[in-house]
Parts: sequence; structure tokens; C-alpha cells
Amino acid sequence: MEIKRETVRSSAPTGQGQGGVEIDSSGLRVNKHDAKELLRGAELLGPTAPASMDGEELERYVHERVLTTTLEKAVSWGRSNSFFPLAFGLACCAMEQFQTAGPRMDIARFGFEAFRASPRQADLIILAGRVSIKMAPIIRRLYDQMLEPKWAISMGACCSSMGVFNNYALVPADKFMPIDVHVPGCPPRPEGLMHGILKLRKMVQDDPDAGWRERYDARGTEEILPGA
Amino acid sequence: MTVADQQMSEYRRREQSITLSQVDPEGHRQSDEDTHEELLTLNFGPHHPATHGVLRLLVTLQGEVVRSIKPVIGYVHTGIEKTAEDKAYWKAIPVVERMDYLSYYFNAMAYVGAVETLLEVEVPKRAQYLRVIHLELNRIASHLIWLGTSALDLGAVSIFLYCLRERELILDLFEMSSGARMHTRYFQVGGVMEDIPVGFVEKAREFTKVMPARADQYGAILNSNQIVLQRLRGTCPLDAETLLSLGVTGPLLRAAGNPWDLRKAAPYSSYDDFDFKIPVGTVGDNYDRFAVRVAEIYESVKIIDQALDGLPEGPHITTDRKIALPPRHELATSMEALIHHFKLVTEGFRVPPGEIYYPIESPRGELACFVRSDGSSKPARVHMRDPSFVNLQALSHMAEGSYIADMIATLAMLDPILGGIDR
Amino acid sequence: MPDATGLELLAKELRESEGIGAEAILGTLYFRGHATLEVQPQHIRAVLALLRERGYASMMSVHGVDYYPHEPRLGVHYELLDMSKVDRVTVTVRVPTEAPELDSVTPDGEDGKGWPTADHQEREIYDMFGVAFHGHPDMRRILMPEDYEGHPQRRDFPVGGEPVIFTHNEHESSGVTR
Repeated sequence: MEIKRETVRSSAPTGQGQGGVEIDSSGLRVNKHDAKELLRGAELLGPTAPASMDGEELERYVHERVLTTTLEKAVSWGRSNSFFPLAFGLACCAMEQFQTAGPRMDIARFGFEAFRASPRQADLIILAGRVSIKMAPIIRRLYDQMLEPKWAISMGACCSSMGVFNNYALVPADKFMPIDVHVPGCPPRPEGLMHGILKLRKMVQDDPDAGWRERYDARGTEEILPGA
Repeated sequence: MTVADQQMSEYRRREQSITLSQVDPEGHRQSDEDTHEELLTLNFGPHHPATHGVLRLLVTLQGEVVRSIKPVIGYVHTGIEKTAEDKAYWKAIPVVERMDYLSYYFNAMAYVGAVETLLEVEVPKRAQYLRVIHLELNRIASHLIWLGTSALDLGAVSIFLYCLRERELILDLFEMSSGARMHTRYFQVGGVMEDIPVGFVEKAREFTKVMPARADQYGAILNSNQIVLQRLRGTCPLDAETLLSLGVTGPLLRAAGNPWDLRKAAPYSSYDDFDFKIPVGTVGDNYDRFAVRVAEIYESVKIIDQALDGLPEGPHITTDRKIALPPRHELATSMEALIHHFKLVTEGFRVPPGEIYYPIESPRGELACFVRSDGSSKPARVHMRDPSFVNLQALSHMAEGSYIADMIATLAMLDPILGGIDR
Repeated sequence: MPDATGLELLAKELRESEGIGAEAILGTLYFRGHATLEVQPQHIRAVLALLRERGYASMMSVHGVDYYPHEPRLGVHYELLDMSKVDRVTVTVRVPTEAPELDSVTPDGEDGKGWPTADHQEREIYDMFGVAFHGHPDMRRILMPEDYEGHPQRRDFPVGGEPVIFTHNEHESSGVTR
């Protein structure tokens, strides 16, 4: 391949209006558009490298330098690292949700700081606070308005189970919408909420932390009921 | 006049013809266009980024001018008062704390103060000073979140992060004294749950050294920002008499000129030992409401400093074993202590029958707790008179006749907390 | 707070005033430094108007109490405050369960100006206890959904709630799973 080297005349005027500036292009990096040559490592291996690699060596060389994946994995990686949470706070847990977005437990370093106001633009709804019977149909409507794929985190004890207020006025969130991660706490610390969101991230990347009994060596703690 | 000038003056003429006074929508017809104005009812749904919590407003608009506002509440009604009837007196403290979820120490103080009045138990001086320190720290934290979210509504997003940074310092102090950041169950009947650990006073002093400078920074950013000033100055004023007839108290009333503050008027928990001022506004518009709350932060810092200086020695909870748990080390040696502990934990203390109404000054106004006891170990009725519930009635008086953007600013300055409104 | 003698003088004044009469004031109570007047339901507006003239111009709270099982069962308490003297007085009214009705103090009437602060608070008492206020501009439920049946804060209304789910009754939970 022939590379034409020539001096490049720049057309940008200088302050004194002296016209172009002479540039010696031998110092510029020249794009080699020949991938084969690149893969053969002619440039990288130095002047003593063989001019070409073939067969097994070439395959190994390529494997080491090119990332292969499936499309689903790539898409899940993208989705999981850029949740758009819905800006939805109900009660006290919303205050801790603010703190999670605050400077100390910065949710932005994971990529999740774009809290969207409209459910059409959000893909993660964090139910922060107690769900009353008047609010439940509205939350269901919000959840229905979100576009697939969508996830839900139930933050705090009040929406996961009934929490402190086991009475006529509240509904556990499981009753009217599917929840992916329940985060316990009243209210959960920002670290707790972050743990829940990162668990969801792992779930989305198809790598859920199942098998906790093996991880914590907790075999033998199951409850065995008579007759079960 | 050029053609451009003629067109400009036509536009200016039409712009100036919009008045903010009530106009009959039928009779107002545009001559050049075939449109007529009609009233539009807009639903500021319970899910909205600018309503502070799940508040639903039915706003009737004529163009951009708000003609009527009807708030619809109840979307976070939790049945707190009914749940508290079901629990022993000290077990109802965490339930009641979660009502006004930004000023949780104040909810606990009102309830605990009411029960202490019924029991006629005396709170030791050290416990009173510790209570004042925590109450004022909570007041600053509540005002910081108010400032952050209001600035977010007005468009100033960075203030939100600064306020959250300061609030983290306060939550660290709460975690140091009681173990939890929010809803700490620190106030108990008769005093506080535990004495403050070593290092709390120093850390609190670090905070009080830093806070006034930071509050100056927020003032510097917001007070010289033309957008904030134009949106807040002169918008939605309301005079003190209307506010009083609506039952509004707190910074809203003080912004209108009435210096009513229960910490000075009817001091409770040793507030009369401290020297602080009450910031009062003049006009009663949104800017005064904003300035009064920011000034209160400085006053609270002063109170905390004085309380830390004068913190007396002594017990942190009443020594009456029939009401407060005995210290753990006594359980090993004294049979009586064991019996008291057992009775208190299983059944709880009994309160003589009676009804009491105990008001305190929360960051939003007069927060009061009504407790009726029938002689058993569970309260027969607990009612929290929440300031935001009553203050919300003033929203329609304030914002009717102004632009919708001013209504948003007014709602932000009203500082409603829906947990308190809905209970 | 008006002390015990001040309370008796106030009650005497109310009994002797013409609109109210002696049988309207059912009793006085001075407990833990707080003064309470118990009043008959039909005279509530007149009593409040007279107290307003005496200086108790701010109504701080209106709340309901259920005195189950003593009849008349449903009580409504009005907390009044005199800001210039820092005085509080409570006016209580009790209505029976069969006829839980009361005159609303919110609107202005022929007997004097109303108390606009009682607007949402009376709606809450209606919602939670079932006491209907005549003359209220907007008598609807405020906290519960509009079509809810029952008055939750009455003492014979069950607290309700969900059963707590453990491993042994997990199959009973109505959780929707993905």
C-alpha cells in the first residue's frame, strides 16, 4: 500500500492574516485502513515481527483483542447501567431516597440520577413510602403507563409488607403490582436502598444472586413442618 | 412608526389588556380571532414533580391565571391515630413519629409531652436540654429539605444537593445519639432514651460552626438570583388577619408580620433558658416566607450552641421506675427493678383518665397532640393537630388570581408535608 | 390558661348571656392546668361567638373523640386560643350516635362570623366519626376514598390489616409474582 506523504496547507487564517501554516505530515498518525494488516500486528509487534501471522496464532491474537458477546447481554448491560427512576416519593422513605441522590451516597456515580417525572420516560419505579388504598389505583395506572421493560422496587417496610401500620388504610404493594426487589427498613438507609438497586442491576444483567444458602453456608436452616 | 413598531405595540396592547382581576369569560371575546376564553380545570395529579408529596390540586385556569384551587388529599392516609389507640403508650411513639415525616422529633415531643402532662411526671433538666438540641437540629434539617425542594421547584437545582449535604451532617448526629437517622424513637415518656455518647458535643459544635457559613452561601446564591427574586417578591401575599382566621401559624404567619411563636409565648422544655430572636416578615409575600425560614436556621444554630454550653449533668430520663425502664445493671441486683421492667415491657404504664391538648412549635406551625386516656395502658384517642393540614386551607386564598407559576412557588413556600396532612 | 376561678367566671358569664342560657353549659372542667367547657350541641355557634368577643379569637383545632361505650358517644372538641393573653380554652360538645349532627361553625351565619379554619377539620370529623355538620359548604369525605363505607376512627370499627406472612403460611399470600 502506498502512502502519499505531502505537506498539508492549513486554510485557517492566523491573527496576522499571514495565511496557512505549513505542517509536515510525516509526524501525523496515518490511518491504516487495512484491518488485516492491523490484525497481523505489523505495527504493534515492532520492526522484528513477522510480516504476517496465520492460522492458530492469528486466531489467538484476535481472541485476545476483540470482545465478543451476545446481543442480549450487551443490551442488558446497557439497560442495567442506566435505569431512569421515576421521581415518585410517597412518604418518609422519599426523604431517604433524596439522600441517596445526595452528595454522600451518590446515585449518579452508577448512572441513575436521571429521575424522570413522566412515567412514559421512566423504567424503574421506586415505591418510596406507604401505599394507601386511595393511592393504589393511581400507582397501578402509573405502572401501566411505563413502557416495557420496566422494574419495580418496593422501598421500605410499609409497601413491602404492611410495616409499622398494619391497618385498614394501607395496601402492601405486592397486591396490585409485581415487584422485583423489596428493600427492608423503616426507612432504609441510603446504603440499603443502593444495595437493593444494585441487586436489581444484577438481576437485569441476568446474573441474579440466587443461591444465597450456598453463599452463606446456610444449609440446614430450612423449617421442616410436620406433615409437609 | 415602522411596521415592526406597529406590530409590537399591538402585541403590547394585548399583553397589557390581561388583568389579574376576575373577568367574565363569556363577555371577553377577542376581536381578531374567533376564540373565546373558557375555564380549564387542570388536574395537578397526586403524582407530580412539583407537589410536595402526593397532593392533588384541581386547578381552574383562565388562560394562565388561576381562578380556583381545590386540594384533594388522603392519598397517604395511614390511619396513624387509629393504630396508636391499639398500642401501649410507649409503643405508640414510633407510630406517631411517622406522621410529619420531616420533623419526626416534633411529633414525638408533642405526644410525649401530652402523656407526661397526664402523668404529671417531671422531666429532668438534662433531658430537656437534650430534647431542645435534637428539636432544633430537626428544625434545621426540615428547613434544609424545604429549601432544597423549593429551589428545585423554582429551577435552582444545585441548592438541592448542597442542602442534602448539610442534612447528612445532621443525620450523622442523630445516628450518633440514637442509632437511627430518621424516626429515631429517641424521645421517651419522661426524658430521652439514652444519654448522648462521648464525642457528640464536639461533633455538634463542629456542625454549628459550619452551618451559618453554609446558610450564608445559600443566601448568596438565591438572594442575588433574579429569577428567584422575581418569582418570590410580591407574589401571592396574604395579610395576617386572613391567616389567623384560617388558623395558620408558624413561618407563614410570621412572614405576614405576626410574631407568634410558641417557643416564646408559652415556653415548654426549657426554651425560656435560651436567648434567640424570632424572624418576622413585613409584607407576607413568598419572599418573606422564604426569608423567615432561612433566618430561622441561624436562630436554631444559636439555640443549639447555648444548649450545648449549658448542658447540665443529671439523669437523662425520669427516675420514676413506674414510667421509665430501670437501667440494665440494676436488673441483676434488684428484684424491684426486675418487676418494674417486666410490668413496663409487657403491659406498660397506666395513665390516669383525662384529656389533654399539648401544643408545640414545629417548623410548620403549631403542632399539638390531643391524648385522651381512660385509665388503661393504651391511649383511648390520639389526635395530632398537624400544622400543614390547617395551613393548606390558605393555599386557595393565597394563589387565586395569580399565575400558575406563582401558584407553584406559593405551594413550595407553604411547605406542606403530606404525611402530616393525611395522617 | 384561665385558672379555675377564671373558668367558673367565664361559665357564669356564658350562662347569664341572653343567647345562651343556663342549660346550655353542661359543665366545666379544670384539669392539669387546662380549662374545658362542656356545651350543648345546639348552642355551639353562640358560645363560640361569645368567646370570640371575650378575646379567644383563634380556633386552633377541631377534633373528634369517640367516647364509646358512654352515650352520648361522639364528641367534638374546639380548641380556642387568645393570642394576646396566651390563654387557651376548650369547648366540648357531645352528640349521640343515632343523631350525629351538629351545626357547622365554618360559614358566616346570622349569629356572627364563622371560623374558616374549621373547614377541612370538620370534613375530617365527618369522614372519621360520621358527625354531619349542617351548613358546611362542602360536606364530603376528605381522607378516605369518596365511596368508602364506614367511619374508621370509631372505636367499634376494626383496625383491619393484612395477616403477617411467615414461611408456614406463605401460600396464603396474595403476592403477584413476575
